[in-house]
Amino acid sequence: MAERPEDLNLPNAVITRIIKEALPDGVNVSKEARRAISQAASVFVLYATSCANNFAMKAKRKTLNAGDVMSAMEEMEFERFLQPLREALEAYKKGQKGKKEASEQKRKDKEKKNGTDENDKSRDEEEDEHMDDEQEGENEGEEEDVEN
Amino acid sequence: MSDRNMEDKVEQATNSKNISLPMSRVRLIMKSSPDVSCINQDALFLTTKATELFVQHLALSSYKNGSGKGTNTLSYSDLARAAEESETFQFLTDILPKKILARDYLKSLEEMDKDDDNL
Repeated sequence: MAERPEDLNLPNAVITRIIKEALPDGVNVSKEARRAISQAASVFVLYATSCANNFAMKAKRKTLNAGDVMSAMEEMEFERFLQPLREALEAYKKGQKGKKEASEQKRKDKEKKNGTDENDKSRDEEEDEHMDDEQEGENEGEEEDVEN
Repeated sequence: MSDRNMEDKVEQATNSKNISLPMSRVRLIMKSSPDVSCINQDALFLTTKATELFVQHLALSSYKNGSGKGTNTLSYSDLARAAEESETFQFLTDILPKKILARDYLKSLEEMDKDDDNL
């Protein structure tokens, strides 16, 4: 899993950008402070995970779900995050659904094309296969979460 | 080809609206905890988003209550103070210890010794 210790750090560039966006313009953040916030964020992930895991264990579940994370936030006294998190999750789910629908639509369009255009069939099939591979790859990623 | 590029761009734009931290990395950190077996996609997304909110919240509240407001800087001591004083950041005291001078530390050691002698 984590082969090098630095794999457990969050990317500094992204952390720095988030800090800059949160603070008023023109505020300098010392290097030491940036590193400290980055470490704090990693500890936050672990703390939230362990809280959420307790809720999952109490319910005799093996898989952490969205409700567990929300309960963890309450327990950690980060109630202020609940509302923005709910909104973000909704937007995220919508995005995921939209992506799926878009690729399905594309597939249908392609099938139609195949029906009418016999000459290009072999080439299109190749492309279709390629698309299938990609989708399987995506699904595998999702299944992994459920099985492990 | 250009079609695909466009898609990538759209995807990037929608992603940046949602989260900027990589979910794969967050999952790696979550899985480094020994008693966690599986994490569903929504839980992973929420934890990633919560971490971003946390970073913003920690930075902003440390800055607001910190000493660097006049000089427009956020320094380590502001963060250490936030960890010490705020209830919600208490869990950070271990990784954000207050810096003290070696001579103050030695002094406190001496005092502890004295206390022990008195007991």
